[in-house]
Amino acid sequence: MTSVSANGDLAISVRGLTRRFGDRTAVSDVSFDVLRGEVFAFLGPNGSGKSTTIRMLCGILEPSAGTGTVLGYDIARQPEQIKQRIGYMSQRFSLYEDLTVRENLEFYAGIYEVPRADLAARIDELVAMAGLNGRERQIAGQLSGGWKQRLALGCAIVHRPPLLFLDEPTAGVDPVSRRDFWTMIHGLAASGVTVFATTHYLDEAEHAARVAMIHDGVLTALATPAEFKSGFLRGHLFGVTSAAPLRALDVLRGLPGLVDVSLYGDALHVLVSSGGAADIEAALTVAGIEDGHAVPIAPSLEDVFISLMRRHQDPAEQPR
Amino acid sequence: MSWARLAAIIRKELIQVRRDRLTLALVVGIPVVELLMFGYALNAVTDHIATVVYDESGTASSREFARAFENSTYFSLVRWVSSRDEAMRAIDSGEAKVALVIPPDFGDRTIAGRLTSAQLIVDGSDPSVAQTALFSGGLVAQAQSGVVTLETLARAGAGAPRGGIELRPVVLYNPRMVSVMFMVPGLIGIILQMQAVLLTALAVVRERERGTLEQLIVSPVRPAELMLGKVLPNVVLCLVSTGLTLLVARVLFGIVPRGSLLDLYVLTLPFLFGSLGIGLAISVVARNQAQALQMTMFTLLPSILLSGFLYAREGMPAIFQAIGLFIPMTYYLQVLRGVIVKGVGLEVLWPQFAALSLFAVLVMTVSLVRFRKTIE
Ligand SMILES: Nc1ncnc2c1ncn2[C@@H]1O[C@H](COP(=O)(O)OP(=O)(O)OP(=O)(O)O)[C@@H](O)[C@H]1O
Ligand SMILES: [Mg+2]
Repeated sequence: MTSVSANGDLAISVRGLTRRFGDRTAVSDVSFDVLRGEVFAFLGPNGSGKSTTIRMLCGILEPSAGTGTVLGYDIARQPEQIKQRIGYMSQRFSLYEDLTVRENLEFYAGIYEVPRADLAARIDELVAMAGLNGRERQIAGQLSGGWKQRLALGCAIVHRPPLLFLDEPTAGVDPVSRRDFWTMIHGLAASGVTVFATTHYLDEAEHAARVAMIHDGVLTALATPAEFKSGFLRGHLFGVTSAAPLRALDVLRGLPGLVDVSLYGDALHVLVSSGGAADIEAALTVAGIEDGHAVPIAPSLEDVFISLMRRHQDPAEQPR
Repeated sequence: MSWARLAAIIRKELIQVRRDRLTLALVVGIPVVELLMFGYALNAVTDHIATVVYDESGTASSREFARAFENSTYFSLVRWVSSRDEAMRAIDSGEAKVALVIPPDFGDRTIAGRLTSAQLIVDGSDPSVAQTALFSGGLVAQAQSGVVTLETLARAGAGAPRGGIELRPVVLYNPRMVSVMFMVPGLIGIILQMQAVLLTALAVVRERERGTLEQLIVSPVRPAELMLGKVLPNVVLCLVSTGLTLLVARVLFGIVPRGSLLDLYVLTLPFLFGSLGIGLAISVVARNQAQALQMTMFTLLPSILLSGFLYAREGMPAIFQAIGLFIPMTYYLQVLRGVIVKGVGLEVLWPQFAALSLFAVLVMTVSLVRFRKTIE
């Protein structure tokens, strides 16, 4: 590498990154750092600006404002240097569906100028990693979702990039394949690859060392999954079960000290700033729901996420 | 420019072409089908025009006159009718396109050596048939008057004919004025333009539609490499396909270029690159394959209408003639008709070569700039 930033152990560093499309701001004043070797998750709902951020980091979309470096290269001025050193898996696994597994890998190896001498060994290695042995001659379009996804990952890392961008890598893939995929990602991370992954699956963010939450283009929080769970909820979380969850939901909306209540399957998650399980059960009994049962529970990332989103939409934090 | 990257793209394109039915259909199917359709439709209507004869004279000379029509092969005598009304009905019903009416005094007047006339009634609803009928009918009549004149002279005891004026119309290059000979060279150009534009536009738009273009943009591939990688395989495909078109024209219509094939290919290259450039320009704006197809057809229209392919440029209003000067097909048509029909080569057609090259350089440059912009 010819140029290294002052802070050599940052894989990504952005300050005030902003992108406008017309009068719409897709990414607004975003700043964060990603350490080398870290698995970093970018969590946000649809249209929150995840892909736009990745595109700016990959050097294919110019920021409207702000600065950033990726692997020490300036994202606005040195996109070519960045492109050679990153792997990128786009939101739709961008495979050539009319090429075979091996032809796809060979094509990307050619594009990234993998030396001829290494080519065969590297491709065999990737085929093995993706569990595609025996399917090298199969047309990529005929693979199932999980296999396509692992092949796309193989294509993205054919040139052994030190930094890997994954844009919603597990969208539309079954749970078992998702788990296998993350096992592969952790393997890569263990070998020193930095991984920047966007997702709107909350459980997936728990695979990351740190999680940044983005909503409407604004970075709302950045912490480890554990910190999120312990620190970001303002209040105490209870799980409430009842035979009539919908009626219970209505009743609890009027509970004094309520921060948030929402339905999870046929149970309710209730976040309160004061009071305890007894107060919740009492409120239900008063309203005629006798079988209400409340227990304190550990928050999942989803609870935190929804709470943060509501707070962002409604800064006054009015309970609703 | 990295040769490894360019080679990777070209290899990939070629594999995809081999597997893609649409591309194969474009390259192999279009020349055969278009030539068959166009060529045969044209051939069928302008030869052997169905003709009925109303012979009021009923003499040897009138029958001979009618047979001269048949012998010309432009006309087929389908029936001898016995009234003018019957002749008209035959035309109305579509049984015949032409009726030849020979007056009662035809035989007497020819024998007496006086000016005689016959009537040719032509169905004008198909102008190309009508044109051929009028033109070739005139030729037959003229030739026949020559024969009659000679016979009359001989009968008058003049002995062997000494001179006399004989009008023998000579049509250059395309002696039978067969419209196939006129249309097919142009058709070769139209087919080539359609293929080159469409193949290139589709090759890029398909990648945009499927999301692989984004993957390429994030890679170190340069716009020029991507563009060349898309264009070069199409150069080969289109040249092969043009060879195929020439072969089909030869097998189906017996059309063999009179000039040098090498010259034809050299003159084809700048036209081909210009068309590939148009394809790239379309690929910059088209969002999906259907749009690319529509735009291709749209760019084909002026080439069909204003280049002289369907209608002679000389007959067009000045403004359309002027517009035609900016259409590459105008020049390529002169190349095709020049080499295939007239048998001339580069020594005559170099101005066309220059015009086509200029257009190709312009379009390619503009496309590369626009292409680079959308990709970066
Ligand atoms: N090229 C563009 N032109 C105009 N608006 C755009 C463009 N790209 C993105 N946007 C807008 O910017 C916002 C953020 O889009 P982005 O694709 O970054 O969201 P995302 O978080 O990746 O969402 P998803 O989960 O749906 O992929 C959206 O409102 C989107 O409509
Ligand atoms: Mg996205």
